[in-house]
Amino acid sequence: MSLSYYPGCTLKTKAKNAEDSAIAAMAALGIELVELPRWNCCGTVYSFAGDEELHQLAPVRNLIRVKETGGDRVATICSFCYNTLKRANLLVTSNPEKMHTINTFMEEEIDYEGDVEVVHLLEVLRDDIGWETIAEKVQVPLTGLKVAPYYGCTLLRPQEIAIDDVERPTIMHDLLKALGADVVDFPYATECCGSYQIISNPDYVSQRVWDILSSAMRRKADAIVLSCPLCDANLGQTQKELMQTHSEFKGIPILYFTQLLALALGLDPEICRLELNYVDPRPLLESKELLRQ
Amino acid sequence: MRIEISTETLYSDFVKKVEAISEQTLISCYQCGKCSAGCPMCFAMDLLPSQIIRLAQLGLEDDIAKANTIWICASCITCSVRCPKGVDLARVMEALRLITSRKNIDQVQIPEIPKETIAQLPQVAMVGGFRKLTA
Repeated sequence: MSLSYYPGCTLKTKAKNAEDSAIAAMAALGIELVELPRWNCCGTVYSFAGDEELHQLAPVRNLIRVKETGGDRVATICSFCYNTLKRANLLVTSNPEKMHTINTFMEEEIDYEGDVEVVHLLEVLRDDIGWETIAEKVQVPLTGLKVAPYYGCTLLRPQEIAIDDVERPTIMHDLLKALGADVVDFPYATECCGSYQIISNPDYVSQRVWDILSSAMRRKADAIVLSCPLCDANLGQTQKELMQTHSEFKGIPILYFTQLLALALGLDPEICRLELNYVDPRPLLESKELLRQ
Repeated sequence: MRIEISTETLYSDFVKKVEAISEQTLISCYQCGKCSAGCPMCFAMDLLPSQIIRLAQLGLEDDIAKANTIWICASCITCSVRCPKGVDLARVMEALRLITSRKNIDQVQIPEIPKETIAQLPQVAMVGGFRKLTA
């Protein structure tokens, strides 16, 4: 089975570790992720304004690209891309007038008619494959690895596009349990890391990140697992500074769920591009004997 | 906080503009404070999100402009999903930002961002931040 896949800008640069591990892991599960031809930036952040149809062009154009391939479904890995594409899709499907305005303005060969479904890779794992099937395919169970799933904002909010329960999601918990990991629950799992404020208020983001990391560590997590490349950068890059301001803090690795999926499926650890993670997870994974060749 | 209210501000274009851009009815808010209680960034705000919507209801544009709140908001949408009155406060925050941004006023001076920062940050952070914080 093949599935149209929208990578977005960050997965092609800073988050190659997410993309490479996802493609390999999905192939091992029998799903070929086929990159969408001629994709463009999704717009990154969804515009909340009622009078900004212009900002919906970028995501809707990507949905037309999906139609051009003959498909009716597109998967994302980046949480921001998921949110923006999904919300733009919801806006135009629930508002024919706006859809008409956007179609008229774009002058694409085919119109968008709300006929593409946007899904996140975690949903594909849950709904198309299923936790039991994944558990059966695990070659290297993540036994003894204490991981705290961190969902952030854009997979869960607003409610209309949430991939799981808004306040009490379990989708990433369920995946990690299927992979044999020891899943740690912590109260900051759905709290914002400060997001794009990293460009204007990095100190406030550091405070947020410290609250999140220290909470997970109080629950004895060895690592934090996530899907969002912006959360990853905030939670990872801020740690150097936090080690200076909090002398007892020695750092905690942040991993993409796709990396742990690939490892557990017994794929070559090279494909996980662990060297690209902001905090090197290899010593931790080696100590748990999870980096088998 | 002492504020002065008047029918002049109450029925001003400002209130209509915020409601038009946000597509929200400001007066629906009954000031329970749930939005402020859950806001992850409120520790850095000089006025709470619930205070901002109160000022917006009253048309007190200048008082909102003096506060850093709308520029500290990270658009996480926690307030909106928890509001018992169904007010999408994230949209109100966006409308308030846009009223300033559309006057071509930026909160981030892009040319002043150090090269090392640009090299370090992922695109998702930069594009997202520029879209929310610049004209």
